Amino acid sequence: MKCLLIDDSRTMRNIQKKVLSAVPGATFAEAGDGLEALSVIAATPGGFDLMIVDWNMPNMDGITLVKKVRETDKKTLMIMATTEAEKSRVLDAIRAGVNNYVVKPFTPESLMEKVSQTLAKAKAAA
Amino acid sequence: MSTATASPPTIDSKFILPFMNATREVFQKMAGVTTTIGKPFLKTDANAGYDVCGIIGFSGQITGSVVVSFSDTAAEKLVEAFAGVKLALTDPDFADAVGELANMIAGSAKKHLGAAANISTPSVVIGKGYIVANNRQIPCLVIPCGSPFGDFAVEVSVKRNPA
Repeated sequence: MKCLLIDDSRTMRNIQKKVLSAVPGATFAEAGDGLEALSVIAATPGGFDLMIVDWNMPNMDGITLVKKVRETDKKTLMIMATTEAEKSRVLDAIRAGVNNYVVKPFTPESLMEKVSQTLAKAKAAA
Repeated sequence: MSTATASPPTIDSKFILPFMNATREVFQKMAGVTTTIGKPFLKTDANAGYDVCGIIGFSGQITGSVVVSFSDTAAEKLVEAFAGVKLALTDPDFADAVGELANMIAGSAKKHLGAAANISTPSVVIGKGYIVANNRQIPCLVIPCGSPFGDFAVEVSVKRNPA
């Protein structure tokens, strides 16, 4: 599973990578903001299977990134991982095209659960 | 002849509990560290004697800032518990980790403040004897916190803007 971790905090990306390393065959790329993520996506043949996206980032925020990706890619699984927890924000993210949403702070178990849920739902829909 | 005087700024106590809860939750979930939260008090000493802090600004219907402050020893240990790796104060990832802790405390509290607000990306200050000068129009409440690795503080200086 090719994962792209998008967060302006390298610490947070490392935490996510550590948790998701439990998924067999997972490989990782990283980006520090939405603009960088678009460059990484463009430079990666075949794209990614899963993206974990932060909301508040410099240069391009997560919600803008999600909308841009969804203009041409309806398939890649996207999970927003953010402190933004108001209902209106969650709805905005779902409307933008995320497949799931995890609120920071999260335990490793809850992040893994969200990823598993997302993968299972995608597999069932296939 | 009477002279009208402005009322002193007041702290809305309902702003404080979300930050207390957020602090507990962030350290427990992300670092596995149980923290104790003490009785908040009004900040009167600009130089609080800390060595490391993460600063988050608030804008929108809520304005102000929150500052999460540590001694260098406590910061190193708490960052290690959070990041899963020992980091020196001079490591860029150390500042990143402190900023992310402050970001999560502010972000987690934000949804319980009862008004729309945006939070800034974090700024981190590392060094001895720094002073964080809060907005003088907004009182600053210090939430003293304890952990197995040392004490730290969350300084909350926010207000709700008139509609």
